[in-house]
Amino acid sequence: MKPAPFDYVAPRTVAEACAVLAEAGGGAIVLAGGQTLLPLLNLRMSQPFIVVDINRIEGFAGVTRIAGGTRIAPATRQADALADPVLQAHVPALVRALGHVGHHQTRNRGTVGGSVALGEPAAEMPATAVALDATIEIASIRGTRKVATRDFYLGPYMTVLEPDELVTGIIYPDWPDDHRVLFGEVARRPGDFALTGIVGALALENGQVRRAGLAWFAMGPVPVRMVEAEAALVGRTLDEVDLADLAERALVGTAPFDDSHASAEYRRTVGRRLFEKTLRAAIGTKEPA
Amino acid sequence: MSEHKVGMTVNGARLSATTEARTSLGDFLRIAGGWTGVHLGCEHGVCGACTVLVDGRAVRSCLMLAVQADGAAITTVEGLAAADGTLHSIQQALRENHALQCGFCTPGVAMTFAALLAGTDNPCEEELVAAMSGHICRCTGYQGIRKAARALAEGAVGSGGAA
Repeated sequence: MKPAPFDYVAPRTVAEACAVLAEAGGGAIVLAGGQTLLPLLNLRMSQPFIVVDINRIEGFAGVTRIAGGTRIAPATRQADALADPVLQAHVPALVRALGHVGHHQTRNRGTVGGSVALGEPAAEMPATAVALDATIEIASIRGTRKVATRDFYLGPYMTVLEPDELVTGIIYPDWPDDHRVLFGEVARRPGDFALTGIVGALALENGQVRRAGLAWFAMGPVPVRMVEAEAALVGRTLDEVDLADLAERALVGTAPFDDSHASAEYRRTVGRRLFEKTLRAAIGTKEPA
Repeated sequence: MSEHKVGMTVNGARLSATTEARTSLGDFLRIAGGWTGVHLGCEHGVCGACTVLVDGRAVRSCLMLAVQADGAAITTVEGLAAADGTLHSIQQALRENHALQCGFCTPGVAMTFAALLAGTDNPCEEELVAAMSGHICRCTGYQGIRKAARALAEGAVGSGGAA
């Protein structure tokens, strides 16, 4: 239960970090909060020859308002994001989801960027980024680029990030001030990996849905955007919504795992119910008796 | 394999040593510092026994490298009681409410309570209990720990000393 030996560097700038990553040719791993990486190292499931600690890079923690959105620096601690008034005001869905990420103790170290960049399919942060249409800023010695979170995830722990690339920020676009937050999760115990979960936002205008961003977590190898359900919602008033039909559309594109924690059938069945319940809570209708 | 000179304060005392990059903060505190109140259980962030305060925050010391804590102020369970041995109110609450049996998980539990009681204005019982989801205890069935949380939230801890 001790990591294999490795070298360690804590660069102070993005350029320095990128230079190390490029030089390592895939043998390096980025350390943000370490709440997933350290277990992998301890269990020797990951054996990099160099660990690049990004926690000492200047400006790598904090939340800033930018034109049209809110930017979270990658090494921002989950505990800090949870208590951040800017995020509470402008990205409430993220704050809502953060309360379900790990435990009090792991949120004190774990980062928003680390979780987004890692791509654990049952994690809340990747799905939240996908649902809200966030954009990921990436740097390497070859330059910088931006990738929409919708196009970022390829599979469990697999993303479009090249081995020499580093996430330098996540931008959450603004939603109207009075948008509604959707969040629902089923897990065995608080802090456990979700068996199924929903996160998203709904913007209404005169009772009509103007914009919908919804995604599943733990319902496939990557966060699953509910494209069909979103399309069915936009332009409708909430009274017109047939929840059972909508839940059916929401499940299109999901491919839940069959494992020792729950069967795929269980996840789909509970997911459908969770969707109806979460949407009902968001649009403020009562459960049918 | 890189070696690093690491310095930190632990319970107010200076601790400096050279260590391999792969050494966890928990191992460093125990081996280089002799602070054996830090209990490493699962070593992958699940059990919570190794929880210490890093700059006032409850952190799993198995999921942080010693080299990352360079320059930090660490508090372990040894830092709670007064110099004369008078128990901290948290320790007293755990003791009075039968919140431990074998005691292996207890240092971690105590440090999470310590972080919340120092960092939050009057945390309620629910907050304390929610934070306990990060700790596994195989002896008590948690009811004693819950009672201790209630006593701490209500400030109803008997003799034993000030916070």
